[in-house]
Amino acid sequence: MEYLIHLAILFAIYAILGISLNLVVGYTGLLSITHAAFYGIGAYATAILLTYFGVNFFISVVLGIIIAVVISFLIGLVLSKFSGDYYALGSFGFNIIIFSIFLNWRGLTNGALGIAGIPKPEIFGVHFFSNTMFLIIAFIFLAVVYLAARFIVRSSFGRVLKAIREDEKTIQVFGYNALYYKLAIFVISAGMAAVSGSLFASYITYVDPSTFNLMESVFILVIIILGGLANLRGSILGALFLVLLPEILRFVGLPFDIAAQMRQVIYGIIIILLMLYRPQGLIGEYKL
Amino acid sequence: MTIIETKKLKKKFDGVKAVNDLSFKIEKGKISGIIGPNGSGKTTLINLLTGIIPIDSGTVIIEGTEKLVKIKPSQVSFYGITRTFQDVRIFEQMTVLDNILVVLTERQVLKALFERHKDYYLKHAEEVLRKVDLWDKKTQLAATLSYGQRKLLEIGRALAMKAEIYFFDEPFAGLFPEMVKIISNIMKELKRSNKSIILIEHNIGLIRQLSDYVFVMDEGEILAEGVPEEVLRKKEVIEAYLGD
Repeated sequence: MEYLIHLAILFAIYAILGISLNLVVGYTGLLSITHAAFYGIGAYATAILLTYFGVNFFISVVLGIIIAVVISFLIGLVLSKFSGDYYALGSFGFNIIIFSIFLNWRGLTNGALGIAGIPKPEIFGVHFFSNTMFLIIAFIFLAVVYLAARFIVRSSFGRVLKAIREDEKTIQVFGYNALYYKLAIFVISAGMAAVSGSLFASYITYVDPSTFNLMESVFILVIIILGGLANLRGSILGALFLVLLPEILRFVGLPFDIAAQMRQVIYGIIIILLMLYRPQGLIGEYKL
Repeated sequence: MTIIETKKLKKKFDGVKAVNDLSFKIEKGKISGIIGPNGSGKTTLINLLTGIIPIDSGTVIIEGTEKLVKIKPSQVSFYGITRTFQDVRIFEQMTVLDNILVVLTERQVLKALFERHKDYYLKHAEEVLRKVDLWDKKTQLAATLSYGQRKLLEIGRALAMKAEIYFFDEPFAGLFPEMVKIISNIMKELKRSNKSIILIEHNIGLIRQLSDYVFVMDEGEILAEGVPEEVLRKKEVIEAYLGD
């Protein structure tokens, strides 16, 4: 049972990451490969605030969101001037920069050694030590992020995002400043990703830079491409599939070290097959 | 009354003069036709006036007061200008209805975030889509429309803007007579409402039928201008554009 709860918590964390990235990639058509950076910012914010300053977990989540929002605003100011391949390359560069900061700012992040002993959440004297309790928190956050994302995509704002995705220059002629819209959704998405990071840090009780490298951004991208672009339920489906995939490989009987390598190969094969046969993903509404 | 005036408008592409010192005036409430051979600068002119490409030099004066030397695409609609494109530019992976709704709703980011479908948007969108005969296809993805229907949708989107000045870039190209009739009627109706239309078109019959005034462009300059019957008889126009 503990094993299933563990998988469910990981699923909730990756579903939040998928939903938030889908707002940028699926709905707005901006191929961002920097999501792991904001995931990491949330994780480090919680790790540092809880471990070094004894801040409450829920306050650390809010502060993590604020830090991610500020940093993503600055990054977004640069990225929003780009579109297409240039956007992807620019975002790629920012992920590398943030990863380098996690790795090299030892005074703050403890470098490659990471931060251990991160406390579990606690509110009004109630401690969420058990995984079952943590699962409840994770699913509450997932529900909040899902409902917020649904609110966004169903608004007039959401419709403009789709129009930017279709033809940025054209929608501008009708009075919309695409730069503001691109910046706004990038910042919102980063704030949501930071929530995942906070959950991850407090659940695993340890963070180090390797979790937030470029491959993690690619992994989150695979979640939304597999599940479906411009479909929030697609992100949930993609997260479910990819969180369960390594476990399925383990049950097939592959040795652990081979299974880990195979996972990367399978992610690659999934992207290639999807691009060839189903570019909109399983239940997506938009083709890259 | 002059609604748009340009003074010494210039645009070069890699040293080639696409629009060369172009000065002209568009009258309010009229249909002004622009004709000319391919590459004469007609579409470049519209792209300059709607901020799609930046102006090298010159001035654009809107309604006699608003002087512009730099036009941002997102500002264009605030000057009461809207347009269609020579190569149809609709939002393909959005529904027909959303293609119209998207230009009706709130422009400011924060307000747009908290805005939902409003009945008057839907009512206006329905009115427009019925006018271009696409109401029955409102739930279809725009990508599934035929070429002619795409052109109609683009015109519907321009109509939804309730603008003062309409730029139509070859709206009749490749259309069936039935669709030509729908668009002609829309233009006549806009004119009756005292709206100004700038119509780029190669079909001389339609230019004769619809335009109050015609500009003939060649090599980025105005070769001739005047009422259609007079202009289309001019020797230099026949030589440059109409042939024998």
